[in-house]
Amino acid sequence: MELLRFATAGSVDDGKSTLIGRLLLETKQIFEDQLEAVERTSRDKGFDYTNLALLTDGLRAEREQGITIDVAYRYFATPRRKFIIADTPGHIQYTRNMVTGASTADLALVLVDARKGVLEQSKRHAVIASLLQVKHLVLCVNKMDLVEFDEARFDEICEEFSDFAAKLDIDDLAFIPVSALLGDNVVTHSPNTPWYEGPTLLHHLEHVYIGSDRNLIDARFPVQYVVRPMSHDHHDYRGYAGQVASGMFRPGDEVLVLPSGFTTTIAGIDEYGGPVDQAYPPMSVNIRLAEELDVSRGDMFARPHNAPTVTQDVDAMICWFSERPLQAGQTYGVKHTTRTARARIQDLNYRLDVNSLHREDDHPALAMNDIGRISIRTTVPLFVDEYRRNRITGSFILIDEGTFETVGAGMILAASAG
Amino acid sequence: MEPIMEPLVRICRVRGAYPWTGMTTQLSHLNALESESIHIFREVAAEFEKPVLLFSGGKDSAVMLRLAEKAFWPAKIPFPLMHIDTGQNFPEALDYRDRRVAELGVKLIVASVQDSIDSGRVVEETGPKASRNRLQTTTLLDAITEHAFDAVFGGGRRDEEKARAKERVYSFRDEFGQWDPKNQRPELWNLYNGRHRKGEHIRIFPLSNWTELDVWHYVADDGVELPSIYYAHRREVFRRDGMLLAVTPFVTVMDGEEPEEMMVRFRTVGDASCTGAVESSASTVEQVILEVAASRLTERGETRADDRISEAGMEDRKREGYF
Repeated sequence: MELLRFATAGSVDDGKSTLIGRLLLETKQIFEDQLEAVERTSRDKGFDYTNLALLTDGLRAEREQGITIDVAYRYFATPRRKFIIADTPGHIQYTRNMVTGASTADLALVLVDARKGVLEQSKRHAVIASLLQVKHLVLCVNKMDLVEFDEARFDEICEEFSDFAAKLDIDDLAFIPVSALLGDNVVTHSPNTPWYEGPTLLHHLEHVYIGSDRNLIDARFPVQYVVRPMSHDHHDYRGYAGQVASGMFRPGDEVLVLPSGFTTTIAGIDEYGGPVDQAYPPMSVNIRLAEELDVSRGDMFARPHNAPTVTQDVDAMICWFSERPLQAGQTYGVKHTTRTARARIQDLNYRLDVNSLHREDDHPALAMNDIGRISIRTTVPLFVDEYRRNRITGSFILIDEGTFETVGAGMILAASAG
Repeated sequence: MEPIMEPLVRICRVRGAYPWTGMTTQLSHLNALESESIHIFREVAAEFEKPVLLFSGGKDSAVMLRLAEKAFWPAKIPFPLMHIDTGQNFPEALDYRDRRVAELGVKLIVASVQDSIDSGRVVEETGPKASRNRLQTTTLLDAITEHAFDAVFGGGRRDEEKARAKERVYSFRDEFGQWDPKNQRPELWNLYNGRHRKGEHIRIFPLSNWTELDVWHYVADDGVELPSIYYAHRREVFRRDGMLLAVTPFVTVMDGEEPEEMMVRFRTVGDASCTGAVESSASTVEQVILEVAASRLTERGETRADDRISEAGMEDRKREGYF
C-alpha cells in the first residue's frame, strides 16, 4: 500500500480542522470514545452541533481559543492508500508550523471560505506550498452550504485562484466544492452540487498520481553514520549507513565520494540481516565500498558524471521563523543533509510580498514569517542540488547559535561552484 | 457494526512489488515507516553524546527496540536501555525485557519508582485506586539527570492521543524536563535539530508516524516477539470504571467489584495498577490485527485509567516531563 502525506492549510475559521474531522469520521477512523468526548465538550461549550475541530485541536490553548497553533499529525487509511495528514495552522503568527507540515508533504490542501473567497492567507499558503515544491495542490472551496451551493460563486473563486496560481510553480491543481460541516463532496458526491462533475476529496486523495514525484535519476547518498561492529563475526565490516536521498544504487556501481573526490565501486548494500540488490529513496541501508577510504558522517556518495555542486556559496529562498530578524552579516549554524557547518548571510537580495509576488529589494531585514532570497557562505563546502530538483540535497535549516532554535528553512536556488 | 478497514488486514508487504502498478522502486508504507525510524536512530547516535532508549517491554518499545537493532546491524545498539520500573509490573513483561536485553547484549538500567518513594522524592498515592503512573515522571527525570542522558528515545506515537499528535520527532525538554507545546522548534524535511545546553535534553520519538495497526502489522510481518499477555489468555479480572483490571498484588479489589476468570488480552502494557485488559479470543498476531482493525475504542481510552483524568490529562503530564 502506498503512503500519501498531505498538509492542510487555510485561514482562521476556514473550517480546516472540521474538514479533517469529517474525513476521519467518514472513513471510520474516529473511535467511539473520541467522538463521545467531542460531543460532550461540544455540549458543554454550548455549540448546537458536534464540533469536529475538537478532534484535532489537541492542546488546551487551542481548544480555549478555538484556533490551531501547531501542526497536528493524523493518520487514516482506505483500502487504497495510507494517509498522513499534517493539519497546519492558518494563523499568520504560526506560519512556521505550516512550513513544518508542508516540508514533507506530497500534496497540499488549501481551504477557502466560499463567502470570503481567496484571502491573503490562502495566497500565502499556496506560495509556501509552491516554494516547498509540494507538487499537488487542492483548493477546497468550503462552506458551500452558506452560499446555496452556487456554481457561479465556485467558478469565481476558482478563476481568481487560478490567476494567482499561474504565477507559482505548481504542477497539478484541483478545485473541489465542499461543505466540511455537512460532508458534501468530502467522501460522497453531493446532491447539492449537480453541476460539479469532478471527484470527491477522498477520491482525489486516493488516486492522485505521486509515483513520479521522486527523483530516481541523481544518485545521492549522504553518509549518516559509520557502522563498524569490530566483533568476532564482523571483524572487518565497515558500512556507511544512510538514507538514499535520490537516485538508485546497486552493487558494482561506480561512486564518487565527496568531498575527497575519490572514485570507487560499491562492494555491497546491506539491510538488517543481509545484502540487497538495489537501494532507492527513501531506503535506509549500509553501503560497503570496494576500497578503504576516509569516509565519515557528512560525506556524500554520488556518481562521477552526475554529482552535486560542491560549494561554500549558496543562493536560496528562506522562510524566516525567528522574532529576531534576519540581516546580512549575521552568522548561523546550518544543517544540510547530514552535514553541519556555520553560515554567514552575505546578502539579503529581496523580500517576497506573498500577496502580490513582488520582490521588494530595499528590505534591510526579514521579520518572522517573512520569505526572501538570500546568499550565504558556509564554513565548509556543501554538496548541493537545486531544491526544485532535489528536496533532500536542496534544503537546509539555519540554527541560532545563541538559542539553538531552528530559525530558518532554506531552499536552494543555485550554487556557484568553488 | 459494519467492519472497518477490513481490507487493510490483507496488506502484503513485499518490497517494491506493486502488482497493480508495475512499480519496482516504491516502498510499501511499512517499509517507508521503518526506513524513517532507522534514519532517526542513526541521526541521534551520530549527533548526541549519551542517548538512552526507554524500554518497558510493551509492544511499542518492543518494535522500537527491533528498529534500533536494525539501524546499527551488524554492530550492537550503541546505547543502553532504561526501564522506569514502577515495581508494579506484569511478570511476563519483565521476563520479556530481560530476555531481549540478553539477546542483544545491551546494558539495561533500571530506574525504580520505589527508590524515589523511599528517598522521599515522591509521595505515594493512597487509597484503593492509587497508581504509581504519575510518579514515574520524577523517577525518569532524576535518572536522566543522574546519567546525564542528552537524548531519550520513547515509543510514543502521534495517533495515540491528541496532545501526542502535536509533538515533534525531536522534542526539546528544558532543564526541568518540561515540554512547551506552544513553542516547539519547527521541524523540516528530515533535518532534525538536536542542539541543546547541558542539563537540557531531547526526547526522540522514532515511532511518531506509526499507528497502532502499523505496529501490529509490523509485529506480524517481521516476527517481532511480544510478551505473552498481548495475546488471549485466561486471567482473573474485575470491572472498574468500565475497564477490566487484572487481579494483582498492586490493586485493591473494592466492595462490589467481583473478580472473575475471563479470556482477555492486553492492548497496552503499562503499570499493572492502571492498565486494563480487553475481552478477547485472539491468540495469534493475525487474530489480534483483526480485532484491532475492528475496534471502536482507542487503545488508551479502552485500557488506560491514567488517560481518563481530564481532556488535557496527557498534555499536562507531558508538560511535566512524562514519557
